Amino acid sequence: MDITSSNTTWTDICPINDLTPDAGICALYNEQQVAIFLCKQSSNVYAVANFDPFGHANVLSRGIIGSTEDIIYVASPLYKQRFNLATGECLDSEEHKIKIFNVRIENEQVQLKEAS
Amino acid sequence: MSKQRIVVVGNGMVGHKFIDTIIGNDETKYEVITFSEESRLAYDRVQLSYFFSGKTAEDLALTDAAYYEENGIKFVLNDKVVDLDFDNRNVITASGRVESYDKLVLATGSYPFVPPIPGNDQEHCHVYRTIDDLEDITKSGETSKIGVVIGGGLLGLEAGNALVNLGVETHIVEFAPRLMAVQLDDGGGSLLKRKIEDLGVHVHTEKATTEIVAGTTSRYRMNFADGSHLETDMIIFSAGIRPQDELARKTGIPIGERGGIVINNHCETGVEDVYAIGECALWENFIFGLVAPGYQMAKVAAAHMHGDSDTEFTGADMSTKLKLLGIDVASIGEVHGKTPGAQSYTYHDEIEQVYKRLIVSADGTKMVGAVLVGDVEAYGTLLQLKLNDMKLPANPSVLILPSSGGEEAAGMGVDALPDTAAICSCFDVSKGDIKNAVAAGCCNMGELKASTKAATGCGGCTALAKQVLDSELLSLGFEVKKDICEHFAYSRQELADIIRVKKIKTFSELLVDCGSGLGCETCKPAVANILAAYWNEYVLEDAHVGLQDTNDNYLGNMQKDGTYSVVPRMPGGEVTPDGLIVIGQVAKEFNLYTKVTGGARVDLFGAQLHELPVIWKKLVDAGFETGHAYGKSLRTVKSCVGNTWCRYGVKNSIGFAIDLENRYKGLRSPHKVKFGVSGCTRECAEAQGKDFGLIATEGGWNLYFGGNGGMRPRHGDLFASDLTDEQVRTYVDRIYMFYIRTADRLQRTSVWLENLEGGIEYLREVILNDSLNINAELEAEMESNVANYQCEWKTTIESPEKLKRFKHFINSKEVDTGLAFKVIRGQRFPLAKEIEITELVE
Ligand SMILES: Cc1cc2nc3c(=O)[nH]c(=O)nc-3n(C[C@H](O)[C@H](O)[C@H](O)COP(=O)(O)OP(=O)(O)OC[C@H]3O[C@@H](n4cnc5c(N)ncnc54)[C@H](O)[C@@H]3O)c2cc1C
Ligand code: SF4
Ligand code: SF4
Ligand code: FES
Repeated sequence: MDITSSNTTWTDICPINDLTPDAGICALYNEQQVAIFLCKQSSNVYAVANFDPFGHANVLSRGIIGSTEDIIYVASPLYKQRFNLATGECLDSEEHKIKIFNVRIENEQVQLKEAS
Repeated sequence: MSKQRIVVVGNGMVGHKFIDTIIGNDETKYEVITFSEESRLAYDRVQLSYFFSGKTAEDLALTDAAYYEENGIKFVLNDKVVDLDFDNRNVITASGRVESYDKLVLATGSYPFVPPIPGNDQEHCHVYRTIDDLEDITKSGETSKIGVVIGGGLLGLEAGNALVNLGVETHIVEFAPRLMAVQLDDGGGSLLKRKIEDLGVHVHTEKATTEIVAGTTSRYRMNFADGSHLETDMIIFSAGIRPQDELARKTGIPIGERGGIVINNHCETGVEDVYAIGECALWENFIFGLVAPGYQMAKVAAAHMHGDSDTEFTGADMSTKLKLLGIDVASIGEVHGKTPGAQSYTYHDEIEQVYKRLIVSADGTKMVGAVLVGDVEAYGTLLQLKLNDMKLPANPSVLILPSSGGEEAAGMGVDALPDTAAICSCFDVSKGDIKNAVAAGCCNMGELKASTKAATGCGGCTALAKQVLDSELLSLGFEVKKDICEHFAYSRQELADIIRVKKIKTFSELLVDCGSGLGCETCKPAVANILAAYWNEYVLEDAHVGLQDTNDNYLGNMQKDGTYSVVPRMPGGEVTPDGLIVIGQVAKEFNLYTKVTGGARVDLFGAQLHELPVIWKKLVDAGFETGHAYGKSLRTVKSCVGNTWCRYGVKNSIGFAIDLENRYKGLRSPHKVKFGVSGCTRECAEAQGKDFGLIATEGGWNLYFGGNGGMRPRHGDLFASDLTDEQVRTYVDRIYMFYIRTADRLQRTSVWLENLEGGIEYLREVILNDSLNINAELEAEMESNVANYQCEWKTTIESPEKLKRFKHFINSKEVDTGLAFKVIRGQRFPLAKEIEITELVE
C-alpha cells in the first residue's frame, strides 16, 4: 500500500476492544504517531497527533480526557496544556495547533484516514 | 511647587508605615529618602520568631527595593545617621553622607537592654531584635546543649521558644517573682509558669544574675545573687527594651527622664519640623512597645505634614493576645488593681489549666481589664467591650465562665458591635471597613487580607475578623464556594464525604450523582485519589484508568521525554546486598540512569513504556514491591539504624520505620506523605522535617506532625510525647485518615494543619479525646486499607489484559523513535532539543 493511496482510503488500526473507554492509545499510521481516544459518554472516537508541541515528546495519548463547556479535550501529561480533540486547537495558547486525523469504527475496527 | 524633601531615619516597621502612608497621600508632592542601620529594608519584626519555624528574610519583608524604586523613594542601607544639623537642615551619616531635609522623621525604634553584668559580652551572649541576631542565635544553637534566656517578659518567652526550636535544653531566668510581670497578675503568671514547665522548659524566678564566668560542665556559668548558679552554653538577653534616642540626646532634642523622644499629639518633637514616631517616641511619658500604636503615630505624622492638624495621636490600647510556647495568653486593659474600687471575677480551672480574671468598675457596669491564660476565646468579645466602653451584661461572670456544651459562647455576637469597632488594631481596620470590603466583592479571608490588610500583622484579630466577615457574607445572602472545578460544585472534602457516605466506587457514578460534563484533569485525579483512599481498589481497573494523573496512569513518574522512572520500595532505606545487585543488573540491562534519592532508595530513569512490565517482572521476582514514587501516597520512611548499631540509639528506629512503611505503603492521600524515624534526639533522620516524625526518647516515642521540606520548609509540631509503638500506630492511623477525609486537593499536611481551625490543639482534641466521635471510623477505614494493600506492579504484570496498555503503539512492535540520549559521566541522559546538555558536562 503506498502513501498516496492511503491518504484517501481508510486504514485498519486495531480492534475496537483495544481501546480503553475514556483513555487514549497511540497508533503508528503513515509513519506518524497518532493518539486515539474513545469517549464513553458520547461514544465518539477522536484522533490527533501524539506529539506534544510544548513538552517536545510523543505523549498526548497518555493524557487525561476532559471537557469544558462543550469542548472535549485532552490535557498533556507533561505540562497539562489542553488540546481540543475535534479541531486540534490548543485551549491554552492560540499559537499552537496539533494535527487531527479522520477516524471511524467500521466492522469493529478502528480506522484512520488523513484529514483533507 | 518644588517637592518637600522628607528624610526618614530608620526603616523599621513604623518608618516604613510612614513612607507607605505619605506616598499614598500624594506621591507627587514629596521626595522621600530613608536610612537604615540594618542591612535590609523594613521587615515584620512582630513575626520575627517565625524565622525559627522556617520563614526566611524574604518571607518577613514588608517591602522591597522594587516597590521603593517604583515610587521614587530613595533608600540607603547599612548607614547609620550619626548627627543632625538643624541650622542647615541636614542629616549626617556614619559614612559621611550629608542629606538635606524639609521635614525630618525619627523612627529609630528601640534597642535591647543588656544588664550591666560582668561577662555579658561573650561570644555566645545574644540579644533578640533583628534578623541578624536570630542568625547568630541559630549558629550558637548548633554548638550548644543548654541555653538560657534572661528575662521572663513577653519577648523573653518568645526567645525561650526559639531555644526550644533549636533543640537545646531551655531555661528562663526572671528577676521578678512572676512571668510577664507587665501583662499578667499573680494568678495568671503562676499558671503560665506551670504550663511552661510542663513543656520541659525550666523557669527560675526571683533570680538576679551577678556575673557570667567560665563554666565547668558547660561553656558558661551564671552566678546568682542568692548564691545559686546555673551552667549554660549560650545566653539570650531579653531584659527589656530602651528607646533608641541616641540622636536626640546628642543634638539636644528634648527627651524624657527615662529616655524617649518627647512628642505632642501630632508626633512633633521639641525641634521644628522634626517628628518622632514608633518605639523611640515618648507620648505623655509613655513608650508604646507595640506596633499598632506606632502605626497610628505614622499616620498622624503623615497627616500633619500633609496639612491635616485634626488627626491626633491620643494614646493607644496596649491589650495583647499571644501564643507563647504554644500557650495562649491575653491581657486587656488595666490588670494590676490600680483602678480605685475595681472588683474582680476569677475563674481558675487547675485541671484544664485555665485562668481567667475579669476586672470591672466599682459599680460593675464597665470593664477595667482582663487576664486570660490557657483559654483566650473570650479575648475578642472582652476587648470590644473594653475598647467601645460598652455596658456589661447583668452578670459579668458569664463572660469568663466556660460555655456549657453546644451553647453559643457567652457574651455577644459580632453583630452587636458598632461599625466603628476596631477589629484589627495593627492596620486600623474597623468593622465598617470589613463591611465595605465585603460589599465590594471580597468573600474570603485571603481577599479580605489583600484588600484591607486586616489580620496580616500580629494575627491576633484573625478569628474576630473572620467572624465579622462570615456574618457579613451571611447577611448578604452569600454562600462561600470552594468548588473543585466546573464539573462538581463541591470542595475536595465534600466530594470525599459524598464518596464515603454514599459508598460511591467509580468516577462515572459520582458524575451521575452530583457532577456534570466529562470531568477534567483536576477533578479526575482528585476523585481517583479519594476512591483509592477509601476503597483501595487496583488503580488500573478499567473504571479508574482514565482518571489517573500522568504518573499513576502507568505506575511510574513520567520524565520530560515521556520515559518513566522505576523506583522499587526499600522500607526504611534498608536493602540486602543481593537486592542491590538485582537492581544494578536491571539498570545495566535496560541502560537506565541510576541515582540514589533523598528518600533513601534508588531511582532508575529512562524506562520506556514497553520496558516497564519486563523491568518490574524482574524486580518483583527478586522480592521488590512498587515504591509508589508516582502516587500521591506514602513515599518513604527515612530512618537511622537506632539502637541496633548506633552507639547513641535508645530505640530500634529502623525496625519501627520498616513496620510503619509496610503499614501505610500504597495508601493514597491528598498529597504525598513522608515519615522520618530517629533513634534518639540527635535526630539523624531529620524526622521533624517530615509529615509524620518520630524521635525516640528514654520515655518512648515523640510524635511530630506537619513537618515539611521542599518549597516551604517547616518543622513538625510536637503532637504527643512518650508513646509506645502501639500508641504511635493508633494515633498515626487516626491523624492520617482524618487528613485524607478533610484536606484539600494537593494540600500537604503542613498546610492542612496550619489551616485547621484550632491547630494542633484541636487535632489533639479530635485524636486523643475523640471530640468528633469518629476515631472508631477512622481506625476501621485504615484497617481496611491496610488489609486491601496490593503491590500494583505485581497485579499488573500478572494481568495480560492490563499489559496491553504498556506498549508504545497499539498496532506495531516498533518503539518511540522520538527519543534520543547522550552519555554523561558514564550514564544516559535525555537529549531533548531545548536542553543545554553542555551545561551538564563540566
Ligand atoms: C521578637 C519580637 C516580637 C514582637 N512581637 C510583637 C507583637 O506580637 N505585637 C506587637 O505589637 N509588637 C511586637 N513587637 C514589637 C514591634 O516589633 C515594635 O513595636 C516595632 O517593630 C516598632 O517599630 P519601629 O519602626 O518603631 O522600630 P524598629 O522596627 O525597631 O525599627 C527601627 C529601625 O531603625 C534603625 N535605626 C535606629 N537608629 C538608626 C540611625 N541612627 N540611623 C539609621 N537607622 C537607625 C534600626 O536599625 C531599625 O531597623 C515585637 C518585637 C520583637 C523584637
Ligand atoms: S538519631 Fe540517634 S540513634 Fe539515630 S543515628 Fe543519630 S545518633 Fe544514632
Ligand atoms: S526540584 Fe524541581 S527539577 Fe528537581 S526533581 Fe523536583 S521538580 Fe524536578
Ligand atoms: S490586630 Fe494585629 S493583625 Fe490585626
